Amino acid sequence: MANVTLRNVRKTYTGGFEAIKGVNVEVGDGQFCVLVGPSGCGKSTLLRMVAGLETITSGEIDIGGRIVNQVEPADRDIAMVFQNYALYPHMSVFNNMAYGLRNRGMKEAEVKSRVEEAARVLELAPMLERKPRQLSGGQRQRVAMGRAIVRQPKVFLFDEPLSNLDAKLRIAMRVEIRKLQRRLNTTSIYVTHDQLEAMTLADVLVVMNGGQVEQVGNPLAIYEKPATTFVASFIGAPPMNLMSARADEIKSQLGNAGDAGILGIRPEDFVITDQTPSGGVALPLAVEAIERVGAETFVYGSRAQDAQRVAATPGELPPGDIIVRIPGTEAPAIGARIRVAAVRSKLHLFSGDGRKRIEV
Amino acid sequence: MVEQEGFRRYVAHIILWIGIAIVAFPVYIAIVASTQDNALIANGQMSLLPGGHFFEVYYQTIFVGTSGSTREPVANMMLNSLIMALLIAVGKIAISIISAYAIVYFRFPFRMAIFWIIFITLMLPVEVRIYPTYKIVADLHMLDSYAGLALPLIASATATLLFRQFFMTVPDELLEASRIDGAGPLRFFWDTLLPLSRTNMAALFVILFILGWNQYLWPLLITTRDDMQTIQVGIRKMITTTDALTEWPIVMATAVLAMLPPVFVVLAMQKLFVRGLVETEK
Repeated sequence: MANVTLRNVRKTYTGGFEAIKGVNVEVGDGQFCVLVGPSGCGKSTLLRMVAGLETITSGEIDIGGRIVNQVEPADRDIAMVFQNYALYPHMSVFNNMAYGLRNRGMKEAEVKSRVEEAARVLELAPMLERKPRQLSGGQRQRVAMGRAIVRQPKVFLFDEPLSNLDAKLRIAMRVEIRKLQRRLNTTSIYVTHDQLEAMTLADVLVVMNGGQVEQVGNPLAIYEKPATTFVASFIGAPPMNLMSARADEIKSQLGNAGDAGILGIRPEDFVITDQTPSGGVALPLAVEAIERVGAETFVYGSRAQDAQRVAATPGELPPGDIIVRIPGTEAPAIGARIRVAAVRSKLHLFSGDGRKRIEV
Repeated sequence: MVEQEGFRRYVAHIILWIGIAIVAFPVYIAIVASTQDNALIANGQMSLLPGGHFFEVYYQTIFVGTSGSTREPVANMMLNSLIMALLIAVGKIAISIISAYAIVYFRFPFRMAIFWIIFITLMLPVEVRIYPTYKIVADLHMLDSYAGLALPLIASATATLLFRQFFMTVPDELLEASRIDGAGPLRFFWDTLLPLSRTNMAALFVILFILGWNQYLWPLLITTRDDMQTIQVGIRKMITTTDALTEWPIVMATAVLAMLPPVFVVLAMQKLFVRGLVETEK
């Protein structure tokens, strides 16, 4: 049971590359914190710094009220689940889980009871004598979890633990991890590049980009009020439509928009309609592609006029392209001309460089 | 492999059998010659079928030796060779796995320089540095001793390189997981790296044992006493006789006996050996 606090944490490699540029995050006791961002954003480095596997250039990492900057990984009272599981290939499942306990000089009876308890919780009991190579991916994943929970550490660290599993198993394990964490009520930090995993698991979501924190908060709050265009397009799939708010067509509809430079509208906030909601935005589109996934349909359209680029973001659409998400399977034909509209409360406005959200 | 039909398959088999015959025939001759009467061989009337002197020849070879100049029982020579080969194989593996561990897992000053120095010794086998090596061994009073036989052959760049390559394929996460599990450098080496290297060690053992067993030049130089002779040197000494007939059955019996330990080692460790060459358990 512990808080984890990062105070102005920085990491500069010997070559001069700045991987982490001053991060402040506070994870409360028993909370599930997810670090999310595109590859190379520094999220794994940050996690490894918490684990003690990477040195800290400056700043402080505080686990349960103790500054751990100079503390060895084994003495930080953390447990880590690796992306490739990092199970000891020559040890049985039982020994994999028991290894860390024995190294700490725990009595064999206590080791046995802890491992068996973990095996029961994770449904690994029938395979305690097997070697890791005799297990499926999902079972290995559970052994890696087991190795973490037998230690009863203050903090769990997860480094993309599900990315080696197939899609179905990933969802099942995601739910399992969440349930397990709730039951054990252990503070957890979880790294992923998958925004869906991040949204579903997190109590506290930390969106990172280029070694910096873009936004911290409750996942739904972040979804509803993204602080930058990066967060807006990273959280939510398909990504938020971003367009220049200065184009004549949009400017005239927006009216008072302060000094906003970029307008964002989520695909699900559009409706296909001939009316223009008061204060909202309506756009004429030419339908270019349709994707039906059963419960919903994605309509890809292009705007005739505006082709002005906005700040670069991941998952960015070509300028002028718009995704509209509509329920059901009924959709306009390809080539049709439609009008889509979003109400005022669903509009997101950002400064011209995309770094600031503007509330009007 | 593509299954081949009729005639072509027979041709392939015939070629393989010819190959086997070429390799196996000298071995067969050695075995046959070791069971015959010396006078017959000396007259050039050696039969290609086994003779009737098997037991007496092998008894004399193992426990008595030749009746000529070197009267050293081959059992003693084999013991010397065995001790030397085992010392070389085990010593090389022990030294090189430790040095490879240091080079791969520790950041110390001049790490790469040391690695390259080890690498360069690949170009300096015993034959090249034989005079200085002899001088050192002689000054350390290690002539006619097992230490003198084995030590100069133990330091090995090849085995160090092999272990280095293997260690570099071991995922870093295993080390990190060990660190989090509270295992220090020695524990990680002992509990994780050594068990993972088992197949590599077995493969190396086979190669190094045979290498040690077949040493000729070095033992020839530093052993002067007959009771420190290795079998490879002993065979050579038996053949050159100044005033008597070479006792061919005994020479051949010694050759056959000299073949046995390497064959035994290969057979015993074949499974591990092949696994060590083709797969790594990760």
